[in-house]
Amino acid sequence: MIKLPETIEEVVVKLLRIANTRLPSDIGWALEASAGWETNEIAYSQLGCIMDNIKKAEYLGKPMCQDTGIPVFYVSGKFDSSIARSIECGVRRATQTIPLRPNTVDPLTRRNAGDNLGAGMPIIHYRPTNDEFTEITVLPKGAGSENMTKLKMLDPADGITGVKKFIVDSVLDAGGRPCPPTVVGVGIGGTADRCIEMAKEALLVPLDRSNDDPDLKQLEEELFVKLNASGLGPMGLGGDTTVLGVNIKKMCCHTASLPVAVNIGCWATRRATARIGKDGTVEYSQGDGQ
Amino acid sequence: MKVLQAPLSENDVRSLRLGEIVYISGPVITGRDEMHIRALEYAKDGKAVPSGINGSVLYHCGPIMKKDGDSWAVVAAGPTTSARMNSLEAEMISVFDIRAIIGKGGMSTETSETMKTTGCVYLAATGGAAVTLAEGLSSVVGVEWLDLGMPEAMWKFNANRLGPLVVAMDAEGNSLYEAVRRSLKR
Repeated sequence: MIKLPETIEEVVVKLLRIANTRLPSDIGWALEASAGWETNEIAYSQLGCIMDNIKKAEYLGKPMCQDTGIPVFYVSGKFDSSIARSIECGVRRATQTIPLRPNTVDPLTRRNAGDNLGAGMPIIHYRPTNDEFTEITVLPKGAGSENMTKLKMLDPADGITGVKKFIVDSVLDAGGRPCPPTVVGVGIGGTADRCIEMAKEALLVPLDRSNDDPDLKQLEEELFVKLNASGLGPMGLGGDTTVLGVNIKKMCCHTASLPVAVNIGCWATRRATARIGKDGTVEYSQGDGQ
Repeated sequence: MKVLQAPLSENDVRSLRLGEIVYISGPVITGRDEMHIRALEYAKDGKAVPSGINGSVLYHCGPIMKKDGDSWAVVAAGPTTSARMNSLEAEMISVFDIRAIIGKGGMSTETSETMKTTGCVYLAATGGAAVTLAEGLSSVVGVEWLDLGMPEAMWKFNANRLGPLVVAMDAEGNSLYEAVRRSLKR
């Protein structure tokens, strides 16, 4: 029997299924490590409930969280403009078959069409390259964490001290709302819009991959220790586990600017990537999609 | 395992201590922003609201539900961020004698004060633990106001050991979130 290549629509359905039902292994390990050092009884019960839930979701093939989010797509490599339509079809089908919760509504009338589509949906970022393959990554982003997003255009004089304070305050002021223990995505530099995009892209970096930039690596480690010593704990109920990781990206900015953005990922920071080769073969992974 | 049997009395909820871990069996309804807004509008206009709101255990949850033939099945049902309902909850509790709210992240001081006056507790469910929590909600009683969309509709369940739930705001005005916030090290 000849196996027909998967269509983009089928790839998208499968990506959404993988991302929503199976947590990337690096996040799972970070949760287990946290449970190992956690000393607060309530916090431990929350981590236990989360790990029980992850196992059941994977075993039953059900979304690990009812907020299956807004799917944010990152498309890179070789593609043409028809890919948007294929991704939309995949999202509609995944919403019915997995099923995903229909989350997208008109911002003012709040009308929900029930298919996770509508004006501007889903979000797709494009990065064409000269590669022969196409890579599609999906990051299902829930609202509990997304609603805690912060951007601040600091004064350059605020410097690294100001940057650290803004990140710590953003995470601690969010309290239990973004479902800690969280992954903290940070963007430093760029313009306001690119700064926020970087913060979200930072959530795609696996927690076991160390930052190539030694200064950023040190900053990530320092903030990781500080945030976990804050006492906020899982779900904001107190404890030693507030964050699973801090991922920072930076780019240059205007000499008069120091933009910093924080985009938090809940403990269920979900992602999945498909690489579609020239011959139509598809490889799925849950590593870094960038 | 401490299992509370809903519907809850004022005495039931006033006897719960901060930090206690409990489970709930019996009638539980869901409600988010839109359900709160509509229920309060109906009450103001003197219109009848669906049965089950008065004296309820109200779960801040927008579940994923699947229709199997004529009936509904729950797929995933974790809590949503309760703070979004801060501006609506005090009135909701007063008008409908809500006895327990299940959610995540906690609620405002104003809500806490109303809870103290009327006798209501806030139970924290583990955010995102949607499959584990859905196991406690496998008996679906029905749905009201489905025109609000699947997440915002009012779903009715007959819970069976829904939990674990942490008593995070008690009926005496104490809040675990406030205690944690006050002692945060920045």
